[in-house]
Amino acid sequence: MTILAALLFLMLVGAIIAVETTNLLSAVISVGAVGFLLSIAFLFLGAPDIAITQLVVEILCLVILIRATISRDLTAVSGEREFFGMVVGVALVVLVALAGIAAFEQFPPFGEPVMARFPDDAPSATYLAEGLDRTGAANIVTAVILDFRAYDTLGEATVLFCAILGALALMRRRARRQRDGDETEEGDAA
Amino acid sequence: MNDPHAKEGMSLIVKTVTRWLKGFLLLYGAYIVLYGHLTPGGGFAGGVIVACAFILVFLACGAGIGHRTLGRLAASELDSAGALIFTAVGALGIALGGVFFRNFIRTPPEAHFRLLSSGVIPVCNIAIGLKVGTSLFMVLAILSAVHVAVKGGRRRMVRRREDKS
Amino acid sequence: MIYALCLMLIAVGLYGVVVKKNVVKIVISLAIMEYGINLLLILVGYRAGGHAPIMEPGASPAEFAAGAVDPLPQALVLTSIVIGLGVLAMMVAICIRLYERYGTFDITEMRRLRG
Repeated sequence: MTILAALLFLMLVGAIIAVETTNLLSAVISVGAVGFLLSIAFLFLGAPDIAITQLVVEILCLVILIRATISRDLTAVSGEREFFGMVVGVALVVLVALAGIAAFEQFPPFGEPVMARFPDDAPSATYLAEGLDRTGAANIVTAVILDFRAYDTLGEATVLFCAILGALALMRRRARRQRDGDETEEGDAA
Repeated sequence: MNDPHAKEGMSLIVKTVTRWLKGFLLLYGAYIVLYGHLTPGGGFAGGVIVACAFILVFLACGAGIGHRTLGRLAASELDSAGALIFTAVGALGIALGGVFFRNFIRTPPEAHFRLLSSGVIPVCNIAIGLKVGTSLFMVLAILSAVHVAVKGGRRRMVRRREDKS
Repeated sequence: MIYALCLMLIAVGLYGVVVKKNVVKIVISLAIMEYGINLLLILVGYRAGGHAPIMEPGASPAEFAAGAVDPLPQALVLTSIVIGLGVLAMMVAICIRLYERYGTFDITEMRRLRG
């Protein structure tokens, strides 16, 4: 509990640095620090699957951010939006925070899972008790994502495919060549 | 030394270490994928580790050698193969079990905690690992293949390699 | 207490999204928000002193089920993390496109240059 609070506090500090710093490279590295601390927090929360995934995804995320954006010529960031936009933004954040605090009253106290509210018919309890017999997988998380709820994983694969397809379509150059005519042609030849 | 791509990428030390490391990384990724139903891990984490192995080669040795290790065509074919295997397993569930994504291979209780157990879950793990790994490698290769340069007062995307020469 | 810290993490991300001008900063803030939401989902399923939902040989299922954390949020977050990476790659691609079109990462400049 104390360790978790300390980790969360460090994550908060890293997030504030990432949002507020004027150097883009330090912002990206601070996000990396937040992600690695999150991975450690997952280990303390009894989720080693997620900890491994978060760790490697964070590495890849850093590589993509640094490789694709930081090598541009400008790395310094200047200022915030004008005063009115800033006031509206802060008001929105305060509103969302108040709504979140109101929602937390419905949450179970920390350390008590949601499935404990339905002691007889919670789906998670069924997965835990019968997962090994019904699927044969010792890792119940894998049993859930690939057997009980494989539709989720199918949807996830579709979303990932669409995201990659979108990135591909955004980065290709042939469409621009048709629209811009000759200008991009010489760019290709160069 | 006659290799045209030999001068690309980072220094000799990084390249040598990469040559040693990439096999271990692939092995670790394959372990995470294959033992996903017994230990922490699974298709997602293992797939990202496999992608990291290829991306390490890509970044350390340059795009030429990186694409020789895993070409863009091969990557997209493996990606499609992963998606096809996954949906085929789901469709076989209809044919053999009556329900989409039914686990149609029953596991007897004495086979628990073995590598070859739990029916279609290892197959699905391998499919997901293939899909996630190759598609993430592809997206990094695409994102780092072009960059924006200013030429004659106009910005346009150029290939990184052409720009260097 | 823990929930409040997690909410503050989400709020910091939201603040970055609505206040910052730089597109890359907005992408980074979205990533921070995503971390906060993932952590919140895992926290909801945590059982005090619970162990990971991975069975060991010889454990009885009933005993295991009484002491393990909730596996369902973990399965959801596992897919959510990978989707987050794909979405981040797509956002970075959009950033590169915007930079090519406008020559800047500043969204207020983009508004002025439109036309």
